[in-house]
Amino acid sequence: MKMSGAEIFVKALADLGVDVVFGYPGGAVLHIYDELFKNTKVRHLLTRHEQGAVHMADGFARASGRTGVALVTSGPGATNTVTGIATANMDSIPIVVFSGQVPTLMIGNDAFQEADIVGITRPCTKHNYLVKETKDLARIMKEAFYLASTGRPGPVLVDMPKDVLMSTAEYVLPKEVSVRGYHPNYEGHPKQVESAIRALLEKERPVLYVGGGIILSSAASLLTDFARILGIPVTPTLMGMGAFPGTDPLYMGMLGMHGTYQANMAISHSDMIVALGARFDDRVTGKVDEFAPHAKIIHVDIDPTSIQKNVPVDIPIVGDLKDVLKKMIKLVKGTKEAAAYREKIAPWREQVRKWATTHPLSYKKTKGKIKPQYVVEQVYELTKGNAIVATEVGQNQMWAAQFYKYDRPRTFLSSGGLGTMGYGFPAAIGAQVAMPGKLVVDIAGDGSIQMNIQELATAVQYRQPVKVVILNNGVLGMVRQWQELFFQGKYSQTCLPQIPDFVKLAEAYGAKGFRATRTEDVAGVLKKGFEADGPVFIDIACDPNEMVYPMVPAGAPLTKMLLV
Amino acid sequence: MRHTISVLVENEFGVLSRVSGLFSGRGFNIESLSVAETVDPSVSRMTIVTSGNDQIIEQILKQLNKLISVIKVVDLTGADTVDRELVLIKVNADPETKTEVLRLVDIFRAKIVDVAPRCYTVEMTGDEAKVKAFLQLLRPVGIKEVVRTGLVSIARGM
Repeated sequence: MKMSGAEIFVKALADLGVDVVFGYPGGAVLHIYDELFKNTKVRHLLTRHEQGAVHMADGFARASGRTGVALVTSGPGATNTVTGIATANMDSIPIVVFSGQVPTLMIGNDAFQEADIVGITRPCTKHNYLVKETKDLARIMKEAFYLASTGRPGPVLVDMPKDVLMSTAEYVLPKEVSVRGYHPNYEGHPKQVESAIRALLEKERPVLYVGGGIILSSAASLLTDFARILGIPVTPTLMGMGAFPGTDPLYMGMLGMHGTYQANMAISHSDMIVALGARFDDRVTGKVDEFAPHAKIIHVDIDPTSIQKNVPVDIPIVGDLKDVLKKMIKLVKGTKEAAAYREKIAPWREQVRKWATTHPLSYKKTKGKIKPQYVVEQVYELTKGNAIVATEVGQNQMWAAQFYKYDRPRTFLSSGGLGTMGYGFPAAIGAQVAMPGKLVVDIAGDGSIQMNIQELATAVQYRQPVKVVILNNGVLGMVRQWQELFFQGKYSQTCLPQIPDFVKLAEAYGAKGFRATRTEDVAGVLKKGFEADGPVFIDIACDPNEMVYPMVPAGAPLTKMLLV
Repeated sequence: MRHTISVLVENEFGVLSRVSGLFSGRGFNIESLSVAETVDPSVSRMTIVTSGNDQIIEQILKQLNKLISVIKVVDLTGADTVDRELVLIKVNADPETKTEVLRLVDIFRAKIVDVAPRCYTVEMTGDEAKVKAFLQLLRPVGIKEVVRTGLVSIARGM
């Protein structure tokens, strides 16, 4: 039986197991929305901005491990997705974005609401498609989900001209996907794995440097086993938070620009770095020439382009971390060598522990203004580490990474690579949709939250009880911090004198708002906010002069940290 | 160092832009790029001439391989290959230079493909050195316009 493109689209979504779509209608996708109106299998959440829709799909994917889906119209609808797509691309998050397009015959004529979205998103998607014929739609959708979620995951965009959605074709959803130019290599080469282990066991000051790849590959428990078997200290990147328990004695905290003294000193004195699903971002390495000067590097990644891109690697292993870690564990588990190795590197663990005690993460607990770090600590105390925490970007993000302990993967959602302000709140809503019973907290700044604040309407409409903790310091804190340190305190355009009353604003949207202005009220107000029904804004007046420490100035080596 | 890279790609719209966009977006240099369908109409072959140190070339090869539309990437550098480029040269053909042009065309086994009262259009194929030499010798005669295809390269034998 023949079906219209719009019918095929909705049926294929259901057949592909998609039950939630975040979207925003418009002229080019009207036929799809008409089909969605009749359909009961696919739930559509109306966002208030297309950027919000993509971040929600992204948050949904990060929290659940499933592929997130966004649906938007042509032209401005499509261009509004670009920031969200680029965010997902930098952090390798599996999402599929469907955009409407003007009818095929009008493409290229500068038609109303036309944009070459395939051209625009080419550099920031894993792959993208323009569907030219209705008969190809189901196959392309299947391919899109396959590409988004396999290998190194990433965003895929499918652009669908209006006439393709209106014309009819037979519905054929292929069983298998075959893309001849795409063969991700999941299995790490056994010889390479063996030589990596051999090289590692010869060294005395090893560090496991772990990134978002561990989480994407669902390899967190294998990582934990491996680290414990050999007794190796672990440092995660921002994207790797939750890959290894934050409460484990081997955990050193994040490394890099705002990493802990312990982690940065360990990397700088290490003689063997085992990089697992991390890509040596400049925020991690500091000055590349002086990064880990004494260390050999073993690098495991599913994406060969990540290896040798920023730093020279001694032993590269291309493969899925689950496979490689299983092989590594098999080689060492229960062996005498492993026990001897744990013993051998005990002095190294002791050294690492000393670094932790000489300069632990801390802040000056002065009287007066509320310290944002204290707020994050209180969020941890209250949630006992059981929340899913999303963050915006800037100081709030770094404090959320430093002062909350993440014991499980998929509990810390943050725009790492692109650093997208406005990410956290919609991502938190997406995560809440994916994990209905969970407490989802967005740790925000007053600057960032205003970038996608319209999604409060979405949260209220769909009763998504996201709790937004606004570390309100009246400034764009991180930029201001740089101005303070490197621009002689000339705060050019970083003060936000006009800040809305977030409590009233929450109420105006039909949500609840709470406020704390004194340190002694913080815990109580947070508790009240977390216990309240529905979405909540908790506005906390924080000290505008507070800085994120430690800090490695851009371009400096990791050992040159500014400390509290 | 200069590298000649042969890339098999899906013969779809937008593939050229994916490949060239990869180079421009990552700051890699393209010296020449030629592309056309192969015997299989669903596949095209690109020959890309680029340059960079070992690390850059390694990245170029890996990044090309990563593109979903790319089927196969081969670095032909150092391999035994046949290299050709096609050039069309519009050159002055005044009474006093005509004979020199005809002589050079003959020596280089080129071909005159168009004749106008004061100019010839010459077609020549050859590897880079031959093209370079031919252009150098024609220069004193007065070259009006040159168009080149960029290098195509194929490995010798099986």
